[in-house]
Amino acid sequence: MTTVARDPVTAADPTPPAAKPAAGPSRHRFRAVAGFAFGAALLFAVAPLLLSDFRLSLLAKYLCVAMVAIGIGLAWGRGGMLALGQGVFFGLGGYAMAMHLKLADAGPGNMPDFMLLYGQLDELPLWWRPFASPWFALPATVLLPMAVAFVLGSLVFRRRVRGAYFAILSQALAAAMVILLIGQQGTTGGTNGLTDIQGFFGYDLDDPVNQRMVYFIIAGTLLALLALTRHLMQSRYGELLVAVRDGEERVRFLGYDPATVKLVAYVVAAGMAGLAGALFVPAVGIISPAMIGIVPSIEFVIGVAIGGRATLLGPVLGAVAVAWARTALSERFPGTWTYLQGLLFVVVVAFLPGGLASLVGLLRRGDGERRPGWLRRSRRTEAEAS
Amino acid sequence: MTLFRGRRILAGAMTLVAAAALAACGSKTTDQNTSAGVTADVSGDTVKVGLLNSLSGTMAISEVTVRDSIMLAIEEINAAGGVLGKKIQPVGEDGASDWPTFAEKAEKLIREDRVAAVFGCWTSASRKAVKPVFEKNKALLFYPVQYEGLEQSPYIFYTGATTNQQIVPGLDYLKAQGAKSLYLVGSDYVFPRTANKIIKAYAEANGMKVLGEDYAPLGSTEFGTITNKVKSSGADAVFNTLNGDSNVAFFKEYKSAGLTATSMPVVSVSIAEEEVKSIGTQYLEGQLTAWNYYQTTPGAANEKFVAAYKAKYGADKPTSDPMEAAYVSVYLWKAMVEKAGAFDVEKVRQASDGITFEAPEGLVTVDGATQHIAKTARVGKVGADGLITEVWNSGAPITPDPYLKSYPWAGGLS
Amino acid sequence: MTVLIGQLFTGVSIGAVLLLIALGLALTFGQMGVINMAHGEFIMAGAYTTFVLQQVITAAGWSLLIALPVAFVVAGAMGVLLEILLIRRLYARPLDTLLVTWGVSLILQQLARDIFGSPNVQTRAPELLTGNIALPGGITVANNRLFILALAGGAVVALTVALRVTPLGRRIRAVVQNRDLAAVSGIATARVDRMTFFIGSGLAGIAGVALTLLGPIGPTMGTNLIIDAFLVVVVGGIGQLKGTVIVAFALGVLQASGEYLTTLSVAKVMVFVAIVAFLQWRPQGMFTLRTRSLA
Repeated sequence: MTTVARDPVTAADPTPPAAKPAAGPSRHRFRAVAGFAFGAALLFAVAPLLLSDFRLSLLAKYLCVAMVAIGIGLAWGRGGMLALGQGVFFGLGGYAMAMHLKLADAGPGNMPDFMLLYGQLDELPLWWRPFASPWFALPATVLLPMAVAFVLGSLVFRRRVRGAYFAILSQALAAAMVILLIGQQGTTGGTNGLTDIQGFFGYDLDDPVNQRMVYFIIAGTLLALLALTRHLMQSRYGELLVAVRDGEERVRFLGYDPATVKLVAYVVAAGMAGLAGALFVPAVGIISPAMIGIVPSIEFVIGVAIGGRATLLGPVLGAVAVAWARTALSERFPGTWTYLQGLLFVVVVAFLPGGLASLVGLLRRGDGERRPGWLRRSRRTEAEAS
Repeated sequence: MTLFRGRRILAGAMTLVAAAALAACGSKTTDQNTSAGVTADVSGDTVKVGLLNSLSGTMAISEVTVRDSIMLAIEEINAAGGVLGKKIQPVGEDGASDWPTFAEKAEKLIREDRVAAVFGCWTSASRKAVKPVFEKNKALLFYPVQYEGLEQSPYIFYTGATTNQQIVPGLDYLKAQGAKSLYLVGSDYVFPRTANKIIKAYAEANGMKVLGEDYAPLGSTEFGTITNKVKSSGADAVFNTLNGDSNVAFFKEYKSAGLTATSMPVVSVSIAEEEVKSIGTQYLEGQLTAWNYYQTTPGAANEKFVAAYKAKYGADKPTSDPMEAAYVSVYLWKAMVEKAGAFDVEKVRQASDGITFEAPEGLVTVDGATQHIAKTARVGKVGADGLITEVWNSGAPITPDPYLKSYPWAGGLS
Repeated sequence: MTVLIGQLFTGVSIGAVLLLIALGLALTFGQMGVINMAHGEFIMAGAYTTFVLQQVITAAGWSLLIALPVAFVVAGAMGVLLEILLIRRLYARPLDTLLVTWGVSLILQQLARDIFGSPNVQTRAPELLTGNIALPGGITVANNRLFILALAGGAVVALTVALRVTPLGRRIRAVVQNRDLAAVSGIATARVDRMTFFIGSGLAGIAGVALTLLGPIGPTMGTNLIIDAFLVVVVGGIGQLKGTVIVAFALGVLQASGEYLTTLSVAKVMVFVAIVAFLQWRPQGMFTLRTRSLA
């Protein structure tokens, strides 16, 4: 019970106390700006120069996964909510975007190709219609997932469903969503999902130049989301969120409403997943229930765990690393890559709880003793949290 | 009290970067020359082909055997001197039962490995996911599984049956046997739903009644309720379009409910020898299947195929329709390339019409207009030895008609 | 009426399957807080054990009966191995057990694929268990379902007795109620954990044997079942068996009636909505162990 004696807010501060005097706020800001500049250079200059069109389109796909990961890092790493159903929000965003693009491909007044094949409809179903307008569809890619997260989150957080309960519930949500989508083949494309998306607001997606443009949009969005998240994490709200994670009851006694604090992080994470889904569609040209269910939802989380859940960049790097490893391993070892993937998950999560990000910290400090505060948690606090 | 401390400069800068990215590039001019496709790399003394099947995930149960038979065909062709003097070099990828992965791997095979053709895919969903990839890159896919029809891509050759070569003959057989009412059971995905639409149109035109229609999620193994519904309907026969695992649970439940092949026969369109082996003849004996090929199909070509397959993979391994169609697809591609005298995709496509091959299932002919294959339809009965024996066949190869244009009752379907 | 009773029985038998799977989880998750995603693969191990035994003992009835204890030991041993190698290090991080065991389940699936081949394998059920009993009024009751119902009932009784009466059971309960106090009272908590995990995983093996009577035996057979089973434990409430039992049957009947009235897809979604609604009412599940902790 080491945490009891400490003030909850400072105990949860991810910056080791010893590092504080050395790095003042201005230096912090300088490091952040330099880091973002480096990231931008990497994404906007180095990657397009080094990678072939095909590899660049794969990177675009990984970066979409990374956006989901930022949100999970916020909700889980900082907020302690293991969001195992992020596929749902990814899917909502993706479907909203794909519905609009399908309608745009079909042209005004026409129905998407798959509906003519599989649906027995004479006209476009009512709930599809608003998506014909980009002014509805684009905000919907973010707001729809946020709304669903808001409803679900306010129900469960207020009743203090948390820890493993919350994780399993969000998994079940993902499973239910997949079944629902598949059952409505005539209007959602069923297992096929929405495929064969040709254009993106007038840009022909077959054209490599436009694929490159989609990549740039994705990279830019990712950087913007990183900036936003850094902002959130460093704000008072960010400290409150960590405090709720480490001692929900204590925060309640201090006069805050933990349910609202958690809800904000969950809804923001859902919005990020929705945005990622929306950008995934032009990058890959398909959205299907295969991207929504339990398996992809867990894979999102595993990327975060491998990168380092409570850090800002860890989830991004972890998500990209896991997605890249999946591609690279399965290309090199088509028969045995699942062993390697499974081993990677097991070894990193079990033996490197801080993820790859903690490796950097360990190297820098040279000793394992001064682990970041968010890792130093006794068995009892964790039992309380679940 | 301000909850958020300022870092506005940073946020503003990032928004600018994002906006710049948006405007940076992109060409609205639909200059079609940019997407000319990728030409296959045939400069060496080998020619690469791609094999795209699920080796992991839920679909691996079916797709691994297809991969095996494609490999068998490639080995045989290489042993006989290859194609146009070049040995075939297979490049395998795992689709992992995940449709976007199929699209990614297809793109990789075409653009990185620059293969001359790709063989594979099983589910309709995976085919729909890769179809735009092949069309965009103007590359060839050979798709070896029976499917729901209503598709005709210039860059896909469909070597499995379309609906008028499997489902419609199956219905014809049931009608001839005097079935007046049907119950439809299927997995919840594209093939069963489309197949059932066709079955309902057929039934209406032929005076048959459809007493019920039920779908189970893919991978579902809980068939208590559906079996109850089937049983209480009193239908003459069940038309089963369940996929994979679900069949095992369905037939176990079916037998437990006291239903048999004589009291209420089931016609299945996704149960081949491989599935019979995993379900067990205990549950399946006497039930009917509709396909184009059985391991027992007579003929020298089949004897050779079965013997070669067993020699390579084990005497206990059965051969089945999708495996045969996959095996045939490699030979058909070889014949097309040789007729065209080149690996060039457009030339191969033009050369395809009228190509024939003495396949294990009998003579097959490529129909250049639809890029489907004329095949003989067969209905078979599961025997106690786990093999399926033919009880009826269409007599001659049926010309493929993916949109069922030649069937008046199917007018409203597509 | 006939249909109604038939459906009720179907619901109860779905419940029995759920119960059999969830029982092991009620121990490992409910009592120890470990979210073991590889539980489904322990079920698979039980099913493959039946398959292997049948290659040796061809009489289907005997091989099934022998498979029950053997599968219990095989799956239990796998569980203990998992506990020693990995889970032991993760008791302080219950949510991480989910991710680690997910990786383990991927490995085990691929292992099954490489050992037994990708296609499903076949086991023969004893003829007795493929038939049914006809009750008056045209109601038929499938024998394999009855067998599973009896098996689930037997497992619940055995587990309850074991927890109530045996010294090990007393220790398990003591550790669940207050780990630290149990430890200072001289209970080797690590050993108790291991035994709990052995029994919980072993129950999965038994569920696997039972499932060979109903469904496919293949590398991915466990994945479809695991989430439903977790939901049963969550809704039932942690730390007690009676919640798990009641909820398993309730969800089974709910799903069967929903499916009868609509479709299986809609029924599954209905069950989920019902669960969220229920947790609004009782966020800690149906029954919960009273503890002095703040949570």
